[in-house]
Amino acid sequence: MSINQILFDEIAPQASPQGPTLPRDPAPPGAQELDARSWKARLVKSSRYLLRHPGLALAILFVVVVILSGFWPGLFTSQSPVAIHPNDLLKAPSWSHPFGTDALGRDMFSRLVHGSRLSLEGTGVAVAFACVVGLLLGTLSGFFGGWVDAIIMRLIDVLLSIPALLFALTLVTALGFGEIQVAIAVGFGMCPGFARTTRSEVLRVRTLPYVEAARTGGASWSRIMLRHVLPNSTGPVAALAVLDIGTAVLVLSTLSFLGFGAPPPATDWGGIVSDGSQSLAIAPYLVLLPSLVICLWVFSANHIGLTIRQHQDR
Amino acid sequence: MTRYILTRIGQAILVVFVTYTLTFVILNLLPGDPVQIHLGAGEPLTSLTPLQVTQLKREFGLNHSLGHQYLVQLWHALHFNFGISPSLQEPVKTAISQRIGTTAKLGALALVMMLLLTLTLSYATIVARWRWLRALLIRIPAVAVSIPGYVVGLALLDFFSFKIHIFPSTGTFGLTSYILPALTMSLGPSALLTQVLISSSEKTLREPFIHTARAKGLTNAQVQRRHVVRNAALPTVTLLGLVLAQAVMNAVIAETVFGMSGLGRLAQEAVQGQDVELVQALVLIAATVFVVVNLIVDLLYPLLDPRISHTPNVVGR
Repeated sequence: MSINQILFDEIAPQASPQGPTLPRDPAPPGAQELDARSWKARLVKSSRYLLRHPGLALAILFVVVVILSGFWPGLFTSQSPVAIHPNDLLKAPSWSHPFGTDALGRDMFSRLVHGSRLSLEGTGVAVAFACVVGLLLGTLSGFFGGWVDAIIMRLIDVLLSIPALLFALTLVTALGFGEIQVAIAVGFGMCPGFARTTRSEVLRVRTLPYVEAARTGGASWSRIMLRHVLPNSTGPVAALAVLDIGTAVLVLSTLSFLGFGAPPPATDWGGIVSDGSQSLAIAPYLVLLPSLVICLWVFSANHIGLTIRQHQDR
Repeated sequence: MTRYILTRIGQAILVVFVTYTLTFVILNLLPGDPVQIHLGAGEPLTSLTPLQVTQLKREFGLNHSLGHQYLVQLWHALHFNFGISPSLQEPVKTAISQRIGTTAKLGALALVMMLLLTLTLSYATIVARWRWLRALLIRIPAVAVSIPGYVVGLALLDFFSFKIHIFPSTGTFGLTSYILPALTMSLGPSALLTQVLISSSEKTLREPFIHTARAKGLTNAQVQRRHVVRNAALPTVTLLGLVLAQAVMNAVIAETVFGMSGLGRLAQEAVQGQDVELVQALVLIAATVFVVVNLIVDLLYPLLDPRISHTPNVVGR
């Protein structure tokens, strides 16, 4: 059982009983003339919600900025992450080097901005892997039932009852070191959660009248699955995926902190912290500032995921 | 009741067995030359002649079929014989028994700290009447959950060892060197437990029997001791077994950051050296500990909560 499963089952549903609910709010009188389902009405509603929840707005802003920095690092820094400044070794943060310089005189801010690409790629691969495998297993299990369900769910139960890190370490040993290998190891650990959530949603959707109607209408199994069951069971899965983005960065950076990530000079966030920890006694900002970015990212992803979770119609 | 206990024990054995099998499959079936992975321990084997490779294969039992290898290894593992670690050049059993003491002490101290932190913070949050203080307290665990374990470790190291020089930064000398690693291990899990404990206490406080107890004229302390604590603690006890998963990960981190020679550090080195025998043994040990703790929690549960119905389907939940 992962942290997110615990957050998901125990904390999120009743986290904010008095919080205003976004989709269920009756439209205010001024917005009556807009069609409630048009994108304009949705935009107005969501922006109003964001204004009332500045914490959420900040979280989304931070995530967007980090994603931008992953795709276009040039937007945020003009310095090269690998350029060595021999005169500026271990300099404290200043205007020219906002996060200071490391033991080789490389600009830390630039390394961090360029490193976010690797971290984001790793997260993307991990969450996508977990999503695809988990959706597949969960749908098969929920849709077919019987012995398929029994076998898959027993396997999932076993995987959920063992710390995911153990399998991650085993996979890294077998696959070798590197960003993609580590990402797959992390994704593997997140599969069971997705499979379980998907299965329970598929089981719920499968009994709804429109599925019966489609079957009566002569739709094939695959059509019912793709057209009716899957699209209607993605809600909680999406919330879990957003929550897992935070966890994925947490575990990925831990694994690369332990030295299993991409080989140097390519470094992701965990690798940067690991490098910085070599000179912790003389230059603590080399560890603390990148750590702050990682914490903010994880916190933002968790916050967004839990908010989505709370507003889902259940 | 006997049926419940037997089913639970059977499931626990099954979980450990499947874990062992899955680890074996991952380590032996995935792409990669088994000789290279088993014997090279990360280093290329260019210096060996084909004849030497064949000899080494025979020595390590790699010339048999995979099924045969699996059965032999399983049989040996059941007798606590985990083979010889290529990277350490000593029996895995010796390496583990030398280091298990450190990790056991660390784990015990971490458990005590985890409980202290959880109880203090959640009690303070529940009784806090001042709105701002409460709003602050309730956010602490949510923030703490998103801090990676190695950041906690490095921050503690920076502050307590390098800034104010209270605790040693590395090594294993007496109680003081255990405090910071134990704190590193316990912070994340206790944040999680606190969140659950707070939410279940608030749920309990809204129950009708609390109003009844107050109406009877019980004092606040009596209500809390007799009615709130026992009910609110139940979900936390279940989770206590599950957050151990996070503690296992934090043990690897804490021992690496603080340079302690325990099982977590050994695991990090084993993966670093691609030491298959060592990784397999460590995973088996960690899985067994984890499953046994959860088994104990599950078996104690009916004692804590007599209402529980003993339906056998409880694996993983």
